[in-house]
Amino acid sequence: MSLKLEHVTYTYNPGTAYETHALKDVSLEIPQGQFVGVIGHTGSGKSTLIQHFNGLMRPTSGTVYYNDEDIWQEGYSLKRLRSHVGLVFQYPEHQLFEADVLSDVCFGPKNQGLSQEEAQERAETALLQVGLKEKYFSSSPFELSGGQKRRVAIAGVLAMEPDVLILDEPTAGLDPKGRDEILDQIAYLHQERKISVILVSHSMEDIARYVERILVMNQGKKAFDGTPKEVFAHYKELETMGLAAPQITYIMHALRENGLAADTSAITVEEARNSILKALGRGEK
Amino acid sequence: MEIIKARNLKYDYLKYDDNGQASESYTAVEEINLDIRPGQFISILGHNGSGKSTLAKHMNALLIPTEGTIWVDEMDTAMEPELWKIRQKAGMVFQNPDNQIIGTVVEEDVGFGPENLGIPTEGIWSRVNKSLEAVGMTPFRHRSPNKLSGGQKQRVAIAGVMAMQPKCIIMDEPTAMLDPNGRKEVLEAVHELNRKEGITVILITHYMEEVINSDRVFVMDQGHIVMQGTPREIFSRVEELKAYRLDVPQVTLLAYELKKAGIPLPDGILTTKELVDALCH
Amino acid sequence: MIRDITIGQYYPADSSLHRLDPRVKFIGTFLFLISLFVANSFWGYLLATGFLGGIIFLSKVPVKFMVKGLKPLFIILLITVLFNLFLIPGKELWSLGFLTITVEGVQQAVKIGIRLIYLVMGSSVMTLTTTPNQLTDGLERILRPLNKIKVPVHEISMMMSIALRFIPILMEETDKIMKAQIARGADFESGNLIKKAKNMIPLLVPLFISAFRRADDLAMAMEARCYHGGDHRTQMKPLIYERKDYVAYGIVFIYLAADILIRIFL
Repeated sequence: MSLKLEHVTYTYNPGTAYETHALKDVSLEIPQGQFVGVIGHTGSGKSTLIQHFNGLMRPTSGTVYYNDEDIWQEGYSLKRLRSHVGLVFQYPEHQLFEADVLSDVCFGPKNQGLSQEEAQERAETALLQVGLKEKYFSSSPFELSGGQKRRVAIAGVLAMEPDVLILDEPTAGLDPKGRDEILDQIAYLHQERKISVILVSHSMEDIARYVERILVMNQGKKAFDGTPKEVFAHYKELETMGLAAPQITYIMHALRENGLAADTSAITVEEARNSILKALGRGEK
Repeated sequence: MEIIKARNLKYDYLKYDDNGQASESYTAVEEINLDIRPGQFISILGHNGSGKSTLAKHMNALLIPTEGTIWVDEMDTAMEPELWKIRQKAGMVFQNPDNQIIGTVVEEDVGFGPENLGIPTEGIWSRVNKSLEAVGMTPFRHRSPNKLSGGQKQRVAIAGVMAMQPKCIIMDEPTAMLDPNGRKEVLEAVHELNRKEGITVILITHYMEEVINSDRVFVMDQGHIVMQGTPREIFSRVEELKAYRLDVPQVTLLAYELKKAGIPLPDGILTTKELVDALCH
Repeated sequence: MIRDITIGQYYPADSSLHRLDPRVKFIGTFLFLISLFVANSFWGYLLATGFLGGIIFLSKVPVKFMVKGLKPLFIILLITVLFNLFLIPGKELWSLGFLTITVEGVQQAVKIGIRLIYLVMGSSVMTLTTTPNQLTDGLERILRPLNKIKVPVHEISMMMSIALRFIPILMEETDKIMKAQIARGADFESGNLIKKAKNMIPLLVPLFISAFRRADDLAMAMEARCYHGGDHRTQMKPLIYERKDYVAYGIVFIYLAADILIRIFL
């Protein structure tokens, strides 16, 4: 069970003056169960990349494999692929359309051909998984708060029980509270259901906190691919790509330059705290 | 004199039933007292639903207080005939860059405000030129807004407000829909306007790191102003901020954690440099 | 797709056509459309072709761009041409069963085809060289006399320019919502007409909601920028005729006159 891209190139308006390469010879593999972060500034190709994962975009050249099967081979059911690889777009609440929350979440499972009862069961499970209380199930999605709407929309994809969940900036526009709740829920799902999660985010702090692997996209190419510590060690190169490392990385480097033996690979506040305490000879408490 | 002054401001949203009768009311903000002096850079922090947007809309007379009074440049917003004058003095930039640009060409959008104010043609052009220059969007003046990045669109929106020559500019979460580069771009533009043109800025946001360079910060929660002070004063109250579910910048949080572990550090560290200086010297 | 439609799109360039007063372009386009129906002979069409060719050349808009704009209208064009081809009675040229092509039918089909294509291209030249704002400004000025009979001309033109500004945004949004629903297993292609229409609900409802939300936001933003109707409003780009505009009017009228003369004498 894995997603694999081999030499994938995607070109807009091929053969015209407007020809632009959104992806250039990208190869990568995401094994089942990984929590991957995708970073890159606007226009770096990350949106194009994730739309290749579930067959919404077809590579101009190269191959996309899911479970070692070429998804663009004749007779391959893209519809089935999409129920294995769920994609939550940016501002997903804008796609809500049903009169009540539960029916909206049922939309995906019903498209998978499940019966009303099965679909409803899945919808309820998914809604509880994203932390929406049962009392909201029958309310109109448009009466909910922004964060709640977002969760309903995510549940709409989760209810299809995908093996891979792709989220394009799931926290855009949310306040810190809403953001933490959603990311914590996603991390929990990743743990509990062993699904792969591919998280596109602009927040390096969020990425550092949750993911085990980072893909950095730049000008349609894969610039870096590694653990957060490996990737953020390249913080100077990241800056040339219009990106940055988490604030902690900068603090640790500054401390080291000023003579404190801080561990520059620390990327979370907790790691930084422990490393600084150690460097100051206080040890861990 | 204060550019914006509020006394005991309260606002109730009314819910109407099918017959057009007010059936429910819900208090969005209450007991708001504010004094904002000209030239200040003010930030209002709070998470969604804390009432910060409602308060912002009062500063532009888009909402009129249910109780209490708000004066904009000494004009009481409840005095209806002065509405246009108020809006000219206190310009407003909104969250969604797409939904506030009216013109189909950048410069025409910037000219929209002055057109509404009845400024003669030559006057409009000089204002448009000046405003575009002030936000660094002159090279894009003939472009379609649809072809711009989010940060650029917000700068156009700011220029559109500047062209009305306001005394004060209210920004209602102008960066919430932008990527980090767009956010930086917009903040730099606003700080520059504040510094160079002396425009009073009221920045409403839920990003803590955006308020570091303000003169004064207000924290809102459940319709009330619950904290106020300089950024340093606010940021030294980490526990309280956490209780309001606000995001303390990592450097402040780290300093706080270190202090808790017994390292002697000053309160309210705001920048990497401050922390490094405190730890290494 | 829908995005290929060039009517209503602006092509930024610095050409003599771009610089003309929008009123000239409006009235010019109108007269050109009339000329297409006046022209009825080879010479008439040749003149129209020459005129349109000249205009496109002057506009500095790539011809490719214009031709692309015809693509979405291909079906309408095809149907119209086929209708004319098969349904006009006259001298039989070719027949198979109940299908008969006549000489008159071929002539008529060619004429209608050319007229439609020129009509679309002519109007696209106008919209491609005129910003929507200028377009609505021009229309507002041309229609201003109607104000006297209580037609809200300013409001109409404001609505038009807002619509034009938001069409590309809503198009993009349509695309996005469509993809999002496809990711949830929606099917917008298969099934019969009724099923297809029903399948559009997950696309149309969010689109409407979004349009209303945007309208709400925009109304507030306009109010915040002191918009209060057309009274006492000044203009950043007021329309004033210059010499080049009179010259352009002259050229259009000469063209139309020539067209009429050809119709009468050739």
